[in-house]
Amino acid sequence: MISYLWLIPALPLLGSVILGMFGPSMGPRLSGAVGTLSVGLAAVLAMAIALQWLGHPPAHSMYQQTLWSWINLPGFSINVGLYLDPVSLLMVLVITIVGCLIHLFSTEYMEGEDGYSRFFAYLNLFVSAMLLLVLADDLALLFVGWEGVGVCSYLLVGFWFSESANGYAARKSFVVTRVADIFMLAGLLLLATQLGTLNIQNMLAGAVATWPSGSLMPAVAASLLLMGGLGKSAQVPLQTWLPDAMAGPTPVSALIHAATMVTAGVYLVVRTHALFLLAPSVLDAIAIGAVITLLVAAFAGLVQSDIKRVLAYSTMSQIGYMFLALGVGAWPAAMFHFMTHAVFKALLFLTAGAIAMRLDHEQNIFAMGGLRTKLPLAFWAFLIGSASLAALPVISAGFFSKEMILGAVAAAPMPGMVLWGAGILGAMLTAIYIFRVVFMVFLGPVNTEISGSYGLRVAIPLVTLSAGALVVGWLETPETLGGQTIFSQFLSPAVGVFRHLPVSAMIPLTGIAAPLLGVAIAYTLYRNGTWARAATTEPSRLTLFLKSGSGFDTLYDAVIVAPYMGLVQLLRRDPVDQMFMLLRDLAVALHRQLRATQIGQIRRYASWMMAGSVATIAILLFA
Amino acid sequence: MMLAWLLIVPMAGGLLAWLAGLFNPLAARIVSLLILLLDLAIALPLLHSTSNIAMPGNWMAGFNAPWIPAFGMSFRLGMDGVSWLLVVLTILIGIFAIIVSWDEIDDGVGFFHANLLWSLAGAIGVFVALDMFLFFYFWELMLVPMYFIIAIWGHENRRRAAIKFFLFTQGSGLLILISILALAFIHQQQTGVLTFNYFELIQTHTAGTLGFLIMLGLFIAFVVKLASFPVHVWLPETHTEAPTAGSVILASILLKTGAYGLMRFVVPLMPMAAHSLAPVALWLGVGSILYGAFLAYGQSDLKKLIAYTSISHMGFVLIGVFVFNNIAWQGVVILLVAHGISTGALFIIVGSVQHRLHTRDLARMGGMWTDLPRLSSFGTFFILASMGLPGLGNFVGEFLILRGAWAMAPLITVIAAIGLIPAAMYSLIAIQRAFHGPADEERDTHDFGARETAMMLVLAAAIIYLGVYPQPVLNVAAPSLNNMQPQPATAMLKETRAG
Repeated sequence: MISYLWLIPALPLLGSVILGMFGPSMGPRLSGAVGTLSVGLAAVLAMAIALQWLGHPPAHSMYQQTLWSWINLPGFSINVGLYLDPVSLLMVLVITIVGCLIHLFSTEYMEGEDGYSRFFAYLNLFVSAMLLLVLADDLALLFVGWEGVGVCSYLLVGFWFSESANGYAARKSFVVTRVADIFMLAGLLLLATQLGTLNIQNMLAGAVATWPSGSLMPAVAASLLLMGGLGKSAQVPLQTWLPDAMAGPTPVSALIHAATMVTAGVYLVVRTHALFLLAPSVLDAIAIGAVITLLVAAFAGLVQSDIKRVLAYSTMSQIGYMFLALGVGAWPAAMFHFMTHAVFKALLFLTAGAIAMRLDHEQNIFAMGGLRTKLPLAFWAFLIGSASLAALPVISAGFFSKEMILGAVAAAPMPGMVLWGAGILGAMLTAIYIFRVVFMVFLGPVNTEISGSYGLRVAIPLVTLSAGALVVGWLETPETLGGQTIFSQFLSPAVGVFRHLPVSAMIPLTGIAAPLLGVAIAYTLYRNGTWARAATTEPSRLTLFLKSGSGFDTLYDAVIVAPYMGLVQLLRRDPVDQMFMLLRDLAVALHRQLRATQIGQIRRYASWMMAGSVATIAILLFA
Repeated sequence: MMLAWLLIVPMAGGLLAWLAGLFNPLAARIVSLLILLLDLAIALPLLHSTSNIAMPGNWMAGFNAPWIPAFGMSFRLGMDGVSWLLVVLTILIGIFAIIVSWDEIDDGVGFFHANLLWSLAGAIGVFVALDMFLFFYFWELMLVPMYFIIAIWGHENRRRAAIKFFLFTQGSGLLILISILALAFIHQQQTGVLTFNYFELIQTHTAGTLGFLIMLGLFIAFVVKLASFPVHVWLPETHTEAPTAGSVILASILLKTGAYGLMRFVVPLMPMAAHSLAPVALWLGVGSILYGAFLAYGQSDLKKLIAYTSISHMGFVLIGVFVFNNIAWQGVVILLVAHGISTGALFIIVGSVQHRLHTRDLARMGGMWTDLPRLSSFGTFFILASMGLPGLGNFVGEFLILRGAWAMAPLITVIAAIGLIPAAMYSLIAIQRAFHGPADEERDTHDFGARETAMMLVLAAAIIYLGVYPQPVLNVAAPSLNNMQPQPATAMLKETRAG
């Protein structure tokens, strides 16, 4: 079974090719079926491989499949090959299963849209590129998937291309991430030159063998890779593209900008963690940057009025938690939060989309209200998702993964307690901003017209993901709740054994109290009308600052975009060309001057001849 | 002998097409197409042959006949991997050029095709000539018919563009002539034999100022052809004003002769001088990458935008050539082929846009995806390819160039890599302004038909092939890269380094 591994990325690619070539003549039903089935088959195959894996894991818990030689030159070669280990297997499972559900949802959500088959062609291509990214056994091949998902994200954010604003958002998302990708490319070039290979396992082995821990080279290489990851994962300072990327259709936000692509940075660090372990200072920087990101995003989430933007900032913030875990070396905790987050955030986005379907594409939470009784399915799904995002104790998956992270952070030797405190503050803010949305949207009077009904293709994904958001947390539980360690044991061959370090009882108790306090605050502010008033009054400057995501856009516009455009304007007419035109002008001017000597006066010609003869004789005589 | 036929067929075929055109325009088109297919049939089998004429190095085919023995000039040809790749590219692109002219060129059809075939014959000659004077002859043969193509069948400002093209190319032609004459005379001084034979001239000791000046003459000539900053100024106007077939040939083939000249002649003939000029060349490369990219972003004429992107891409080529290592040179070869395909495709697409919209102005495009989905998706695909999207051919070229350059010139490499960001900027703005956005204007909604779709699919398949499985191309190129580091050159370099 495992030898069919290559089919997992190939199936969605095939779907994409079929849809791209014949989609326009296939009709919506068939397009949707091809799109969903190609990912569905990949999911089935992935699950079959996973089952076989759990029963009989291969030797050393890894499986390599070399497909063909991509580039083979003396001194430098790259194979197109796949590498499956517990980490990539987990990623593949999440991508294909969540991806399949989102495709299914999309078949109903996108009904009647222009470019229906084009949508699925892009979406399939995305899944294929994402699978290549996580399965690649060579960093250069990983980079192919990495840029591939970037382009698909660009195409899907700008899917409704008739709106110029969507095009802007799409370009912004691509260019910002490409800035990050150039760092990563530089990292690849550095590693390739220094270690002679980009094959991930060989490269890591080479790095560990050649570079002492704490030396400069691994720090530079790790930083360059990290920058690539920060861009893709929308972390400070390269986070500004994500909120704008919400211009894309909501299933796209669910798949690309919540469940999969934006966690590629986390995956990259986990995949190359041996390199990062050689660079402790980089790990410290990751932790600090993560805390900044998660707080900036959480504050921004507090003041958004567009439901998708709240979710976008929450994604940024939750990935901040994953990076926090990476910063303290808690790789399984990061992966665990990745998994639960993929489930509950996909659920939240899909539910937001499901609400928009019935409310004529309304996304402003202040225009909604009272949907609890009108849209019970959406209400329960969103509530479950929000509980998980807020990490409400025991009942939600997010609780377990966030506990695992915060526990590891508190036990870390670094200024762990400060980071932990920031994490707790973030957890409380998370509960406040997401329950602000829950209360505004589902309680109170109904403000909008509601039309239509949900079909199975919407209901099945919502119910499945809701169930997931309730139960997947039990794969790894703290000591007091059974001490289950299936998840970290599964990953241990790839990332090492994870130990739940002992911390004082205050740590988990605070972790439980913070979200509950947050919900209570959100409810109080809802009841006394603070939220509703804030929506109608003129926002304060602080609110505007927070709402803009702490002004990064303004800063970048002034420091980078404006000078760039100024330079473009300055050069537009090709100054070098104009310099060459001066030559022509000079020739014309000389021509005029010389022409003036030929005016037909015999007298003048005679005197010139005289002068010429005298000069010639003089030269002959004296030279 | 096959090599000679490779040249005779298009040259005689040009005459034939002209004659046929006097009777029937369609006949001229068909004759030209058949001529090139015949030429392709001659070229393709050479891949697996070996030269029956003894020449130092690895050659697939060779030919030698006396030409002007009094001056030591002979009709000496040789084909190795790089020549073969570029010749096949030339013929294929030539075939596409004829197909796109089917609807576009209406008057003087016979003479147009004659010029087209002669220019292609000149380019093929440039890629296989191993006698320096013969090389010069083909160089001119390639450019003069192109001048006519631009001046007669071009767009609004064709006269101006043609004059600019003529001045720059003749200027560089003159430099080539002076340089090869000087080289031959030095060789005569050293050995007493007057010859233009490449393999003889390679033995010449070209250290010192005179060697440097000879190198500089050839370098400037080839860099003008490559359209590097700051001598790129002929390119944007020429490419914009030429008819589609002309732009395609200019961008896909004629630019490549500059890179070929650098690799085949400048570096092997004057190795020390070339090495001492490397820092300048590298900075020119970086300058081209950034300058071309910034200017491309600001253009409002789609064709001119694509023309400026070529300047940017050729900057990578220049860097790749002047870091003198195999990995980068392999990257150069791949990038030359991939750029020939992707940019050729883009000019074909712009030609079709102009045919339908009667404008190249981006401000009047927008929303074409709504009306012309097939054209727009191919346009987007090739723009992404030329942007260097991994998995497509251009990326492999750029990646190998950067990989090869890193060890030799890290700073240059980093700046060149940063140049990929502006590349994304201009690529995406082109997609936005041409294909995305609202479709406000009423326009011809006649999308790509079978002929155009088939052309696009062939080109797309080629660029994907280069992207996912470039190894066969690398294998073809590998032996000829050794030809370009011949023993005399390496010996001379070693000597200098030791001394």
